[in-house]
Amino acid sequence: MAKSQEQLQQTRSATSLIYDPKFRSYAFQILLLIGLVAFGWWIFNNTVTNLQAQNKTTGFDFLGNTSGFNIGFTLMEYDRSSTYFDVFKVGILNTLLVSVIGIVLATVLGFIIGVARLSSNWIIARLATVYIEVFRNIPLLLQLFFWYFAVLKTMPSVKNSIEFVTGSVYLNNRGLYVPDPQPNDSFVWVQLAIVAVIIGGYFLNRWSVRRFEQTGQRFPFVPAFIGMLVVIPAIVWMVTGAQIALDYPVLERFNFAGGIQIPPEFVALLFGLVIYTAAFIAETVRAGILAVSDGQTEAAQSLGLKNSDRLNLVIIPQAMRVIIPPLTSQYLNLTKNSSLAVAIGYPDIVNVFMGTALNQSGKAVEVIFMTMMVYLTLSLLTSVVMNIYNARIALTER
Amino acid sequence: MTDTSFAYVRNEMLGEQPAPSTSKGLVGWLRQNLFSDIPNSIMTIVGILFLAWFLPPIFNFLVTHAVFPWSVDNTVEACRTEEAGACWIYVVDRFNFFIYGFYPSESYWRVNICFLLGIVTLVPLLWPDLPHKGLSAIGFFVVMPVATFFLLNGGVFGLTEVPTEKWGGLTITLIIATVGIVASLPIGIVLALGRRSHMPFVKYVCIAFIELWRAVPLITVLFMASIMLPLFLPEGTTIDKLLRALVGVSLFSAAYMAEVVRGGLQALPKGQYEAADALGLNYFKAMYLVILPQALKHVIPGIVNSFISLFKDTSLVSIVGLFDLLNTVQATTAQVEWKSPHQATTGYLFAAAMFWVFCFGMSRYSMYMERRLNTGHKE
Amino acid sequence: MKKQLVTIALGAVLGLSASAAFADTLADVQAKGYLQCGVSPSTPGFAAPDANNEWAGLDVDFCRAMAAAIFDDPKAVRFTPLTSKERFTALSSGEIDVLSRTTTWTMSRDTNLGIDFAGTMFYDGQGFMVRKDLGVASATELSGAAICIEAGTTTELNAADYFSSTGMEYNAVVFEDQDEVVKAYDDGRCDVFTTDSSALAAERLSLANPDENMILPEIISKEPLGPSVRQGDDLWFNITRWVYFALLESEELGISQANVDDMLGSDNPGVRRVLGVEGDFGTAIGLSTDWAYKIIKHVGNYNDIYERHVGASTPVGIARAGSVNDLWTRGGLMYAPPIR
Repeated sequence: MAKSQEQLQQTRSATSLIYDPKFRSYAFQILLLIGLVAFGWWIFNNTVTNLQAQNKTTGFDFLGNTSGFNIGFTLMEYDRSSTYFDVFKVGILNTLLVSVIGIVLATVLGFIIGVARLSSNWIIARLATVYIEVFRNIPLLLQLFFWYFAVLKTMPSVKNSIEFVTGSVYLNNRGLYVPDPQPNDSFVWVQLAIVAVIIGGYFLNRWSVRRFEQTGQRFPFVPAFIGMLVVIPAIVWMVTGAQIALDYPVLERFNFAGGIQIPPEFVALLFGLVIYTAAFIAETVRAGILAVSDGQTEAAQSLGLKNSDRLNLVIIPQAMRVIIPPLTSQYLNLTKNSSLAVAIGYPDIVNVFMGTALNQSGKAVEVIFMTMMVYLTLSLLTSVVMNIYNARIALTER
Repeated sequence: MTDTSFAYVRNEMLGEQPAPSTSKGLVGWLRQNLFSDIPNSIMTIVGILFLAWFLPPIFNFLVTHAVFPWSVDNTVEACRTEEAGACWIYVVDRFNFFIYGFYPSESYWRVNICFLLGIVTLVPLLWPDLPHKGLSAIGFFVVMPVATFFLLNGGVFGLTEVPTEKWGGLTITLIIATVGIVASLPIGIVLALGRRSHMPFVKYVCIAFIELWRAVPLITVLFMASIMLPLFLPEGTTIDKLLRALVGVSLFSAAYMAEVVRGGLQALPKGQYEAADALGLNYFKAMYLVILPQALKHVIPGIVNSFISLFKDTSLVSIVGLFDLLNTVQATTAQVEWKSPHQATTGYLFAAAMFWVFCFGMSRYSMYMERRLNTGHKE
Repeated sequence: MKKQLVTIALGAVLGLSASAAFADTLADVQAKGYLQCGVSPSTPGFAAPDANNEWAGLDVDFCRAMAAAIFDDPKAVRFTPLTSKERFTALSSGEIDVLSRTTTWTMSRDTNLGIDFAGTMFYDGQGFMVRKDLGVASATELSGAAICIEAGTTTELNAADYFSSTGMEYNAVVFEDQDEVVKAYDDGRCDVFTTDSSALAAERLSLANPDENMILPEIISKEPLGPSVRQGDDLWFNITRWVYFALLESEELGISQANVDDMLGSDNPGVRRVLGVEGDFGTAIGLSTDWAYKIIKHVGNYNDIYERHVGASTPVGIARAGSVNDLWTRGGLMYAPPIR
């Protein structure tokens, strides 16, 4: 008996290395590592050889060089003597601008349409369904072309601008012109007051939630907060004598000068992104609401909750847990889709940096790497923030 | 008891009465669905007003004022008049260009055969009741792409060679979408399995690959493929422009496909893995015989949905200069001979309708499969 | 990343990828039986698909001339439409054999990108187009205007230079490709459309109302447009260069597509040398003795090509007589070293 076991051991040890899952797993991983490194080196080597053959230098020094071209719409100081790094920053800011505004508007529109689709009203529900099915089944790029090239055509020329508020807001085929508020120095106090109210509101909210949980008494937080947000800065405004001078757009020889110009590229891109993404968000919202079982609604009704309380206290908190993860990926999609700006000439990062700057500097590898890093960072940041938020609402479930 | 009768008890049952007119038929339906209470009625009225404001101009544009080939005046001049609507004759005139691109007209039949081949191999794969799924999969994933390539490219069997620069229109849109899905499915499966692997290095490599591609927009991937791929390869190697786009699209959609497949793998009960292990199957056999057949069946709707987004995303190849459906339309919206106020709008509407028909059809199929799979699962 | 290999291998199996581009481009081109030529996707007069979806234009005909010289067949050429962004990578990676795509010859391109320019097919310069109703007569009055520009071109830089040197402001509206620039200008998005003046003339025709637009007299830059090849293959460079010179030399000697066969009997030694009746110049560049005859027979001389695609009688309508693009004998800049 003992001998045979020994024999068994021996045969096993002879073949065990191949059959040892641990060994196999390590061996496979090492092979993969070697393969990847070899592949990476091969690509690196080829790239270096190719670049040498083209007489090109590599490195990020070019970022300090003068770009030599102009950008039509920037959120920061920029002219032709600015550097490529400034182009990079301008691009990021423009991408962020359209993404953030787009996310806010798409969320609002998407929630409205999603709820409308579940409406008991036949016409409203059908309209919402048609909206969703039409817009999410047509490529975004095509929608952007449509908004930009087909709708821009119907706008009047500069000389025949539509005037909304006499002498201040104009709409024409160059975009929308609004007065530019120029606050004086004392306005800082008003801004501080707004920040203070927001911070105060945060603590007020925590207090009201705690009190509600302990005593069941409700505090009308939202109206109170909005009231504070209006009244307190207004008082500060009057006390400190802060003023906002409005810089009105004025028609010059070709265009309006002064004021803020919102270019049609921005409007078309925003329109396209919001309308397209809202269709997806609406579906997410609908799925989230449907995921809350009927029993929850019935339980809430049997507790005697009002319709609004039923929604606010029972349905929405539970639906949000289902909605948040896909909503996050929709937000990321919107941000990534904003890169289609390149097709209609809005100066986002892909357009000005990966497009113009790449062409003028010839630094393809560096520029593409930097652009991809921007999106990767945005994506990782969003995931982190959303994970934190997700963890928080998951906790309140208990 | 039986023969007892009371004057106040009915002898025969009262016949069924129709429901009150307010709760059935058209009126009842209207009451229930449109005018149940005041806010609802207001919404209904708003909705009707919206339709009344929105539909007639659209109908006029598309039909009443549009210029059709059978209109009395079917020349471009009719499109140029003040009140003219959609200029459909322009779409009809450029139709072949939209479908075949620059493909030589005497060889259109080759493209048509490919379309037919695609349908013939796809239907058995999608029809859930037909047996021999393995055979149809080989048909769609192997036979069809190879046959299509040789038919379109030519150069063999006495067919004249048509270089890829001449491919275009809907043809190229379908080619990119199909190749994207055919190539990305196996890569996606490998990545999904890798991501769930117990080997940490394999797992993190797969996670990094998937997350990197998912984080960046397709347009940057396409730029990278079209500008940097030539740099990555040994000096002197060249790859066709279409192939570069295909590589970019395939890798990009593989990352998304991996996540879809991973969903299917996760949904599978642990018992299935354990059962496969208990049978003594090795990893590949366990995956091939037990896990993947079940997991993939579950994610068919997910795969179709990725195909829909991929199909829409193919329109981006126009930005790197390939003539897909959208780009062929875009290229003709400025053509002088069809210059008219609504030329661009008409072209975009046509392209939108084409994309919509494909995407909507596929999404219906995906929903149908979802329902089918769900009911199969409840028992 | 491992999967990249797989995909590339897949493509290679399917045969989509062609491996080419060694140091000897001529042998390579002869082996595959056609010339691969990079052109602009759509620039009327220079390279654009015609009504039969065949490529046509000045740049296109240069490639056809090369194909005629090498293969005696102007159709033995395949065209790759390239965006401004892709063109140099396409050439240096060997995807194309010659780049003939309205590309401005500049020092940095000639020295930095590993390419060589063979000559100037068209002397161009950047100009401005405006709508007549703006009442602008000169580019110096354009301060404050919105300007439509194509991205990634010398045009973009020239405009910035011009406006900053004249102390004027402008609002740049930049698009990825020319079609979109034109469309946006036509829709009134900009006051001014700027690009090479030849392209302005061509694009004006595609506007809704060509007559309501005018090209301003100022030319703000030098844009010599010409074909280029990879650096490091002198034979191929010489072929490209001398095909170009042959187009000019034949015109100067009065040999055209129409009379080339009659000219074979000419007594003029210059003509006889060009047509390969006397002496042998073709073999030195790896071609046949009658290489130039083939070019003129199939494609024509420079004047034939010019008048066919951009001349006064074409829709593009840029008159040649007396312009910089005329022969040096008539006051232009077109000058070829003698073939002897």
